Amino acid sequence: MRRWQIASFALFFGLWELTGRWPVSPAFPPFSNTFLALIEMIRDGTLGKAYLITAQPLALGIVLCAVAGIAFGIGMGLSRAIEWLSLPVFIILQAAPMAAIIPLLTYMYGIGLTSKVLAVIMLAAPVIVMNSYKGIRNTPPSLLQMCRSFQGTRVQEVVKIVLPHAAALVFTGLRLGLAMGFIGIVIAELLITPTGIGDLISYHSSTADYPKMFATIASIVAVAAVSLHLLQRVELRLFPRD
Amino acid sequence: MTEAIVEVKGIGKTYDSGVEALRDVNLSFPKGQLSTLLGPSGCGKTTLLKIIAGLLPRNAGQVLVKGKPVDGPGPERAFVFQDFALLPWASVLRNVAFGLELRGEPKEKREEVARKYIAEVGLKGFEHRYPAQLSGGMRQRVGLARALTVDADIILMDEPFSSVDEQTRRKFQEDLLDLLRHHQKTVIFVTHSIEEAAYLSDQIALLSPRPGRVSKIVRPNVDHSRSPDEIRRDRGYLDTVDEIWGMLRQYV
Repeated sequence: MRRWQIASFALFFGLWELTGRWPVSPAFPPFSNTFLALIEMIRDGTLGKAYLITAQPLALGIVLCAVAGIAFGIGMGLSRAIEWLSLPVFIILQAAPMAAIIPLLTYMYGIGLTSKVLAVIMLAAPVIVMNSYKGIRNTPPSLLQMCRSFQGTRVQEVVKIVLPHAAALVFTGLRLGLAMGFIGIVIAELLITPTGIGDLISYHSSTADYPKMFATIASIVAVAAVSLHLLQRVELRLFPRD
Repeated sequence: MTEAIVEVKGIGKTYDSGVEALRDVNLSFPKGQLSTLLGPSGCGKTTLLKIIAGLLPRNAGQVLVKGKPVDGPGPERAFVFQDFALLPWASVLRNVAFGLELRGEPKEKREEVARKYIAEVGLKGFEHRYPAQLSGGMRQRVGLARALTVDADIILMDEPFSSVDEQTRRKFQEDLLDLLRHHQKTVIFVTHSIEEAAYLSDQIALLSPRPGRVSKIVRPNVDHSRSPDEIRRDRGYLDTVDEIWGMLRQYV
């Protein structure tokens, strides 16, 4: 398994190198040049500085979603009234093309941190809320009947059955929310004002330093993929599949 | 005849969908005996059991437990579920002790009681396993142990062996008979297996489908003190199976 993964990476980077050396487009650097540019940007600290800036709205947005989104999703799952009021909103939010809405945020909240945090929230919140909601709603009815048959109270039912049952799906929602958050922050940094990673991408694109531009893009892809993979491992450790 | 510990009088149940599941069901369940509700699928036998358990509301009639009408679940009745209804995130020990946990028993006390019943259902050594690590038969033993820990006089079992394979089922049935007679429980048991009903029961209520009604009450003439293999070759047992099949075949 591991061997095939390495072979897959080798093949991908090999093809990248090959197509990069093909004289098709000067804007497509081979893998080796990109890799060297990446090393340089790590060593002179530009990449690190950029990530510190990008991480702020991302972390703020995800933490806000984790607290308010999970609480809201649980509320939707437990109360018919909250569900009735807010389910349509989240279903529409999940379907809406967010990139079209982000310029609107700029009009309303300017180009500062607020807009970027909101961009992350708008992308991440629906999946976090919906997963928490579904986790609550999908409690097996026989577990609820079991609790009632032993004269469990409603509070015991929620604390001892509904919430533990929902925990796994809530965590999955957080992981998917972080994935959406990465999309949100990059779109925000490209569309609202260039800062952090978005700034590196657009700056190197405008100065035609394509290896550095590609290195930045590859790095954000790698950071997102690795952090999501690590979260998934934590998830499997915490909530083993049957 | 022994006194009835549970009686149902004129029970009627119509689901919101308009399906009439039960109509005017009258039955009494003798104390300390094993009574079976038997019938083809759709005859409302599980519905009736859940009404007795207080888990489903009824549209008409009364459920009397020890002579008093009841409207919800109570400590004198414990339920064993068809799909086991175990908490997947809890160990066998916590699952078995869960009924007592809900009653607020201190941890040490409830685990002591749970350990005793885990041993009685034959799961000693599995206390710290999780349901996913157990076979279907073992999971249902956990469900049975949980029902026994709360010390209810009446055990209600909803097709407890339907997701258990045949060999395991036979062994389990034998153990069940031993255990329940030893603890002098009254059992109300739902099944669609004629053999199971004839083998286990002191009293069998045959239900006819749509809407479910009691069509006949059979009291198998089986001597339960004999060995399981003897019972399965016994004249009375075989006659009971034939008699029930003769009545049920018109519904299938």
